[in-house]
Amino acid sequence: MEGGVKKMAEAYIYDAVRTPRGKGKNTGTLHEVTSLSLATQALQAIRERNNLDTSKVDDVYLGCVTPIGEQGSDIARIAVLNADYAETVAGVQIDRFCASGLEAVNIAAAKVKSGEAHLAIGGGVEAMSRVPMGANGGSWASDPSIAMKTYFVPQGIGADTIATKYGFSRDDVDGYAIQSQQRAAKAWKEGRFKKSIVPVKDQLGVTLLDHDEHMRPDTTMQSLASLEPSFKMQGEMMPGFDAVIQQRYPELERINHVHHAGNSSGIVDGASAVLIGTKEMGDALGLKARARILGGASIGSEPSIMLTGPEFVTKKLLDKLGMTTKDIDLWELNEAFAAVVLRWVQALDLDMEKVNVNGGSIAMGHPLGATGAMILGTMVDELERSNKERALITLCVGAGMGTATVIERVN
Amino acid sequence: MENFKIDVDSDGIALVTFDVPGRSMNTVTGSVMRELVELVNTIKGDDKIKGAVICSGKASGFCAGADLGELNERGAAGAAAAPKSEEEKLKAQFEQSFTLNKSLRALETCGKPVAIALEGLALGGGLEIALACHYRVAADNSKIKFGLPEAKVGLLPGAGGTQRLPRLIGVQNAAMMILQGADKSPQEAKSLGFINEVVPAGSTIEAAKTWVKANPKAVAPWDVKGYKVKDNPYSPGGAMASVGGNAMVSKQTNLNYPAQRHILSCIYEGTQVPIDAALRIESRYFIKTANTPQAKGMIRSLFVSMQALAKGANRPQGVPDYPIKKVAVIGAGLMGAGIAYVQAKAGIDTVLIDVSQESADKGKDYSKRIVDKDVSRGKITKEKGEEILARIKPTTDYAAIKNADLVVEAVFENPALKAEVTKKAEAQLAATAVFGSNTSTLPITGLAEASARPANFIGIHFFSPVERMGLVEIIMGAKTTQETLAKAIDYVLKIKKTPIVVNDFRGFYTSRCFGTYTTEGIEMLSEGIAPAIIENVGRQAGMPMGALEVSDSVGLDTALKIGRQMAEAMQQDHSKDPRGALLAWLVEDKGRVGRKGGKGFYEYGDDGKPTRIWPDLSQKIEVKVKECPPALKEELTKRFLFRQCIEVARCFEEGVITDPRDADVGSILAWGFAPYTGGCVSYIDLFWGAKKFVEEADRLADTYGERFRPNKLLRDMAAKGETFYERFGAKQAA
Repeated sequence: MEGGVKKMAEAYIYDAVRTPRGKGKNTGTLHEVTSLSLATQALQAIRERNNLDTSKVDDVYLGCVTPIGEQGSDIARIAVLNADYAETVAGVQIDRFCASGLEAVNIAAAKVKSGEAHLAIGGGVEAMSRVPMGANGGSWASDPSIAMKTYFVPQGIGADTIATKYGFSRDDVDGYAIQSQQRAAKAWKEGRFKKSIVPVKDQLGVTLLDHDEHMRPDTTMQSLASLEPSFKMQGEMMPGFDAVIQQRYPELERINHVHHAGNSSGIVDGASAVLIGTKEMGDALGLKARARILGGASIGSEPSIMLTGPEFVTKKLLDKLGMTTKDIDLWELNEAFAAVVLRWVQALDLDMEKVNVNGGSIAMGHPLGATGAMILGTMVDELERSNKERALITLCVGAGMGTATVIERVN
Repeated sequence: MENFKIDVDSDGIALVTFDVPGRSMNTVTGSVMRELVELVNTIKGDDKIKGAVICSGKASGFCAGADLGELNERGAAGAAAAPKSEEEKLKAQFEQSFTLNKSLRALETCGKPVAIALEGLALGGGLEIALACHYRVAADNSKIKFGLPEAKVGLLPGAGGTQRLPRLIGVQNAAMMILQGADKSPQEAKSLGFINEVVPAGSTIEAAKTWVKANPKAVAPWDVKGYKVKDNPYSPGGAMASVGGNAMVSKQTNLNYPAQRHILSCIYEGTQVPIDAALRIESRYFIKTANTPQAKGMIRSLFVSMQALAKGANRPQGVPDYPIKKVAVIGAGLMGAGIAYVQAKAGIDTVLIDVSQESADKGKDYSKRIVDKDVSRGKITKEKGEEILARIKPTTDYAAIKNADLVVEAVFENPALKAEVTKKAEAQLAATAVFGSNTSTLPITGLAEASARPANFIGIHFFSPVERMGLVEIIMGAKTTQETLAKAIDYVLKIKKTPIVVNDFRGFYTSRCFGTYTTEGIEMLSEGIAPAIIENVGRQAGMPMGALEVSDSVGLDTALKIGRQMAEAMQQDHSKDPRGALLAWLVEDKGRVGRKGGKGFYEYGDDGKPTRIWPDLSQKIEVKVKECPPALKEELTKRFLFRQCIEVARCFEEGVITDPRDADVGSILAWGFAPYTGGCVSYIDLFWGAKKFVEEADRLADTYGERFRPNKLLRDMAAKGETFYERFGAKQAA
């Protein structure tokens, strides 16, 4: 090593797990399980599936977007303790809104690559039925000094603005929603998620939920057509968000409100965890690497439309890796709203057959802080199943951000 | 103390009478602010005083708030004596502004109960004094107004109003009241919760004293230990209100009005901290707001100048008052009918003449419809309504004009017809009577040629709908005398409108300048800018409607006709001008004449309201600019506003208009020029300064055409560093 620069380590994915997603209301199956328990069960699964000596884990990064109440005060460290990991394992809760789970993976990978950690876990937890979205407040929407400067509107209005600006009709977005339902149903039927699903146990240790319960595989264009647009009232009447976003996009004569509960991501409960480490540590622990993290990136873009970040972060990351869209075999973008995916596919000229091949959050739900690591795990499984090389995972993020990761299968 | 008188009764209750000498209404002057300190010290320090009741020595009410004229001057004087750095200046401004908050806070925490007895109005600073008392008693009279109107002139309540009101009546109610500057009656105020007790008129002092005696240890609710604003922005109930409030204010103000934004910030930030910190926050935002060009422009135009003009500031002196008892209106169309109504309402005997009795009667029906509506809504009594209608006499007979003090001619814009009407009317008129023509474009000097007495001939240009538009543009013909002008102004003041005075020129002042907004919009359209961008940016710049929508309202056929006339006069081929070709295609090929025909740039619903921009416009003009990022929005905003302001500057150079107050108030009231600017002149003076304005206008001219080129006047002002108000302010002093 003398006189030389130490070569940056590679970050390998050794395992990826997720809980099934429970409906995010008080009648949802997981409503009676604490968020601490969800996170704990994901961490325990990582340990048990890998026969892991947890004292080798340096740190646990858990995404959580509503860190208040039971999810407050660094749920990552508390889950580490509750999962009976070695007490030397640190934990940190992070929040990059909807991409928190993927950001947790990216941070874990970056720490591993930099040598600060040799083994780390990135994942996330969100019990949306127990800690409601938005319960932690925040300045952006409330403080006039920033809300007005950035033309704050809720993200549903941003999604409808994307549909209007880029020309997606109600039929387009509904059609996409049906595709999500059908692909998710097929994936479940064929057992494509089997490798990563960790059923949630109740207080007795009895299995409580072993499948995503938000799905509606029978959805049709007709059934979706009966749903009222969710953001029309607040857009056109009180308090009138359409006029606010038109101040940023004066080219829009009006906003076409096309999104509703059926073509937007579902509110659900769930947790996820991904085990990441160096080659040396994996070898020492007898772990089998499944994929390599080629790189991650985040970006900011125009905040009021809010959800166009994936296009820009995808370009940024591919540029950084010296790649083009041709180098990616599978594309995964969180289905926050149908128009977000349609715009991304349009902007990057992607083949829909390679995008969200096993469905997404419209069918299965979006447990905010956990989703990023969940869909990354889905891609690890799918690369192996379909014998493909590389996948790009990305999410649109509040306040105009985007986060992305490229992984490569290694076995 | 000259403003406050203290009488201590046998119970030890000090009756404090607020009575500013030499004024009919109490206002919060610099002297009042200074004496408040002494007053509070006395109440607090005098052991004989057990508590206090504040009342007014004026029959007109308690207090109308700050003296805005004085506030304006104080600001200017403060700036003149300003310390070196910007930060020192701001600190000094803060200290000065915080004085009142400090005094009122001292009153509130003086340790003795203080109540206020309100027999009349309390507005602005007046209400803020009341809010700093522990108990508020009001007389039961629905005509009494309580409110914080500062936002209407671009300011915010700076003496605790943004803090005490939300704590008393809730954030949402307080925000609505302050943002809109809305008034409340005593009963409304009581149900909202900022008046404690409403008692019969004349007994407020007694009730207030009773409360003081019963409550020797009064403290404000927010001084009770453990107090928190329960609907603060991060409470369950307050969150929605703050998010929704931001959106609503964004929508309503297009972010052009800093006062409204700062009011929300005062409430948002202030309700999260104890009252003392909250008051400091408020004072900071008050200064921040008062220093904006918006506040300076709005105070000057919408308050000081408007009040001056409403008192006849531009009326020639030395002409005796001209009592207006009877006025004839010729032409009972929409304008004539509206003029008849406002006259009758102002107590003027009105003759309404048209060519047929049926048309004349139809003109009177217009008044009847308004009166019936007002009666049914309880705005006026049935008797009052009948009285108004009885004053209007519809007829075809010119002999009815006899004894009229003034005639308003409101027939079609046809010079020959107007000439005929002038002759027929003058035959009936006394030698001293005034003949006014309500033309919007025809030069007065030309019309006066038909008159036997051009000295008495004047333009009196109303705006539609007459009963709602506050402005009247008075146009001097070449031979019109100052005496005639004075009489015309007396008439306009009598019907409670604001007069501005301009000289004769095609389009006068308002029609000429206003037209530049619509032509700039059509100009943008012919450049290939998407119509939605043109319309949204126009509205977001502060104009009441998009330029294309205004064109539709005026009539595309009218615009085509005027365009052709002007092209002819300048010996140009109108069809070669892209704007001309576009209009000709719309009107002559597609039959789209505008709103009146149900189709123009827009499509219209059965209710006559625009439903959407006509999508086939793109058949004629290819849309090249489909997106509007902030830089383009800023550029288009500038084009809209600069274009109008440059035309105003040209009017000054040509002598069409001579008084900046007329120009500013006229631009806002006549064609709705972005009110937050204080008007076209203030936009140049306060937002840019002549030098920067000229630089920017030159750039626009180089890029978009000579119509933006600054004239000699602007260049001269830029060179001298002058403002319009300095250069043309002589009349103001007179």
